[in-house]
Amino acid sequence: METWAVASICVLLGLTARWTVSLNSYSGASKAPMFGDYEAQRHWQEVTFNLPVRQWYFNTTDNDLKYWGLDYPPLTAFHSLLCAHIANLINPDWIELHKSRGYESPAHKFFMRATVIFADVLIYIPAVVVYCLYLAQGSSKTKSSALLCILLYPGLILIDNGHFQYNSVSLGLALWGVLGLGCGHDLLGSLAFTLALSYKQMELYHALPFFWYLLGKCGKLGLTGKGLILLVKISLTVLVSFALCWLPFLFDPQQTLQVIHRLFPMARGLFEDKVANVWCSLNILVKIKTLLSVDTQIYLSFGTTLLAVLPSSIKLLMKPTFWQFRLALMNSSLAFFLFSFQVHEKSILLAALPACLLLNELPLMSVWFLHTSTFSMLPLLLKDNLFQPYIITSLGFIVFSLYLFSAVDRSSVDDLRLGPCCRLTGTNFLWFSFSTVVKLQFALSVLTMAGLSFMSAALEPPAKLPDLFPVLVSACACVHFLGFLLYFNLVQLTESPRSDKKKIN
Amino acid sequence: MAAPRDGTLSWFLALTLGVSLIKFLLIKAYHSTDFEVHRNWLAITHSLPVSKWYFEETSEWTLDYPPFFAWFEYGLSHIAKYFDEEMLVVQNLTYASPATILFQRLSVIFTDLVFVYAVKECCKCVQGGKRPRDILGSPSFVLAVLLLWNFGLLIVDHIHFQYNGFLFGVFLLSVARHFQGRHLEGAFLFAVLLNLKHIYLYIAPAYGIYLLRSFCLIQDNSDGSLKWRNFSFIRLAALGIIVCSVFALSFGPFLALDQLPQVLSRLFPFKRGLCHAYWAPNFWALYNAADKALSVLGIKLKLLDVAKLPKASMTGGLVQEFQHSVLPSVSPLITLICTLISVSPALFSIWHRPCGARGFLRCCVICALGSFLFGWHVHEKAILMAILPLSILAVESKDDAGVFLILATTGHLSLFPLLFTTPEFPIKILLMLLFTLYSFTSLKRLFRHGVAAGRGQGSSPAGDSEQEFGVVRLHGLVHSHDPQRYEP
Repeated sequence: METWAVASICVLLGLTARWTVSLNSYSGASKAPMFGDYEAQRHWQEVTFNLPVRQWYFNTTDNDLKYWGLDYPPLTAFHSLLCAHIANLINPDWIELHKSRGYESPAHKFFMRATVIFADVLIYIPAVVVYCLYLAQGSSKTKSSALLCILLYPGLILIDNGHFQYNSVSLGLALWGVLGLGCGHDLLGSLAFTLALSYKQMELYHALPFFWYLLGKCGKLGLTGKGLILLVKISLTVLVSFALCWLPFLFDPQQTLQVIHRLFPMARGLFEDKVANVWCSLNILVKIKTLLSVDTQIYLSFGTTLLAVLPSSIKLLMKPTFWQFRLALMNSSLAFFLFSFQVHEKSILLAALPACLLLNELPLMSVWFLHTSTFSMLPLLLKDNLFQPYIITSLGFIVFSLYLFSAVDRSSVDDLRLGPCCRLTGTNFLWFSFSTVVKLQFALSVLTMAGLSFMSAALEPPAKLPDLFPVLVSACACVHFLGFLLYFNLVQLTESPRSDKKKIN
Repeated sequence: MAAPRDGTLSWFLALTLGVSLIKFLLIKAYHSTDFEVHRNWLAITHSLPVSKWYFEETSEWTLDYPPFFAWFEYGLSHIAKYFDEEMLVVQNLTYASPATILFQRLSVIFTDLVFVYAVKECCKCVQGGKRPRDILGSPSFVLAVLLLWNFGLLIVDHIHFQYNGFLFGVFLLSVARHFQGRHLEGAFLFAVLLNLKHIYLYIAPAYGIYLLRSFCLIQDNSDGSLKWRNFSFIRLAALGIIVCSVFALSFGPFLALDQLPQVLSRLFPFKRGLCHAYWAPNFWALYNAADKALSVLGIKLKLLDVAKLPKASMTGGLVQEFQHSVLPSVSPLITLICTLISVSPALFSIWHRPCGARGFLRCCVICALGSFLFGWHVHEKAILMAILPLSILAVESKDDAGVFLILATTGHLSLFPLLFTTPEFPIKILLMLLFTLYSFTSLKRLFRHGVAAGRGQGSSPAGDSEQEFGVVRLHGLVHSHDPQRYEP
């Protein structure tokens, strides 16, 4: 069948999955007085529509920051304003100042769900289609398989269309940035990424690879000639786009500071709730959250994060190829997730995006990682009554991605790109047993995650350990993530520094 | 020459799993009053003795399917009690707890396995062209998708709520058995099917004529005409025994209880009126519309007296009998006559010039279409009875593919009013686009080189005119006949 037909069918399947998941409950449904992320988004529409710009990030009589105050950069606020204008045309009750708190109705739910899908269709899905069809390597079958699998990735579907958020906007913009850089349109790519950063500050997880890649590229072109010109052009693009996005908040330094203060709430501590990163898992054994002061916590996380991204960054600077760039995105976002400050479980989506981009080359490990990332968000999904769609979408994703890529068969040392690593360290795996070990580990991992999932949903935790299952899930996921961090770093770092003729760029 | 067997299982399983996952995701979707109908029947068959099944009237949704379906519900009710016992209480009208919804939805999904098995059997019967390089281009694969992922079946069964997958599974299995030459099994399955849902009476004439002509008459003369000497009474007796014993098993208990008239009145409720609350897009809908238009015109031109016109409106959405204002009223007998007239050319055709199993299937489609167009109190869901069997013919013949595309697309569009809720609106659009896009592109690709075994190279002499009459064919007024003969 023609490519356009196959791609259309994949997109339609992805959209069907999204709409059917939308039928389910959302974050904080009927849970007065605070509700959840759904109410937060509705509240931001209310605030941005009814109040002047200078009041959006400040605590005023009309704007109570304790009730879901804005804590994303300005582009989110502008997006909310746009949605609010449309809401106003349909039913002004939805965004009436103060009176619409906790507003819930089937019509409103349909509207909100529609805004998410609309953003998906406009930004994220076209980026995925362009990536799979034009930048990804492989036969047309591999490309279509990648397209289908990326669009069926459960984590993003469950969070955006279930829990309720707009991650597809920021991830989509970041992906457009990656596409720009991959096609050689550095300025457009930088512009797109700047927009992504101005939508959600968590995109900073991806910022370092963008920076090192562009810097490395300029360096390769010659820092005295073409490289310098490119560097200047990129810097100007970034500065101007930032300025345009933040324009209303740049006139008054108080405004700028307040926005930054809202974006980076340092006072909230190393982590909140149960999240599958190092600090939360460490806290089970050593109560670092209470032992160390907030400042020490900040320095500790800052230091370890920097250390964790250092090797990958240096390698990327030395060898700025597209393949290295994608690996660096993976390593950077995963390192930030594991060691950074105030990480939420949804931030794993920032690492999931680069993993999707590695599907064609490293199918087994990408699928394994993506599956684990969905699993790591299980406690959140259980709170939102999304267990049923979680099971179905996870099952669908893992079965179809393994089937379409024949991923389980591609588990040899070479398939996993660990050949250079083995040669360097001198380890000599017996060729047949490496693959078997990997397959066994994979099977065991999937079974463990399935078991924990069902136990979390079906069983009541003992009275003395009420958080038993979320802790077990987070710890299990954290162990996996540490393993993936090691693996992806090895793959990136041990790649030969010479440019091979046969390798993909 | 069967379809390639290598790796058949893996892609078939993948397709089945894919559509099943979508069915699971639709569990939370809107369900119609048919959900309550089936819950009520679960309650009736579980809580009451057999003698009361067809008399129970607590709910307005009385049992109006044949006895085998009642026994089917009885069987399901024994599993239902592990989900929520309250749903089995007859007085709990419109009871729809989450456990009830889950159970009912799961029961549809799991009984669909019958349909899956039937599709597998049909795929084996379909003849591929020259061996395709890839599985995706083979007729079996295309047929599997067109049947398993059929849009109409998905939304009627898994959103609106019915058990058509299970029933069509029995029907398609019966068809597959006829293709495979296992006629007694096919007849048995059809007899069972009639006792599960009597709407399949629409195609009973096709079965009757085909079996009589192609099964009981063992061999024809060399010029194709009848050879009565070769009439096999043994085969006729075998068929008779099978059909009679199935009907005896089904209606026997009620005959013994002297309840046959009551059961029949439940099965054939002619008081329900010419058209259903939602008009099926058939001939009588046009007839009603014309009548309405003429009456409005008549009032405007002062030819008719408003006071003398019947007050009740057919567009009121109610299920009851009406009288027409201008045009003559239509009785059930008239609809029967019209139906028989519309399908008789096809029936004569398979009698005089039998074309084997494919001719029989084509006749089934025409019977279904004729009954849909001219039948009494037809539901729009009945169009599926024509679309699904036509899928099998569509992957083998270019002309049939053309008709199938028109019929399936318009038939599916006509099902849209069934889902009128806002959250399901995007889902039905997406699924419709998915199916339509796939059916058009895959069938086009299948016949791009104009080769498909069986139906002949290129189009038959009547092929081009058949394309033009494709639309007219929809109305069953012109039936297609194949000048070439097949061996059964």
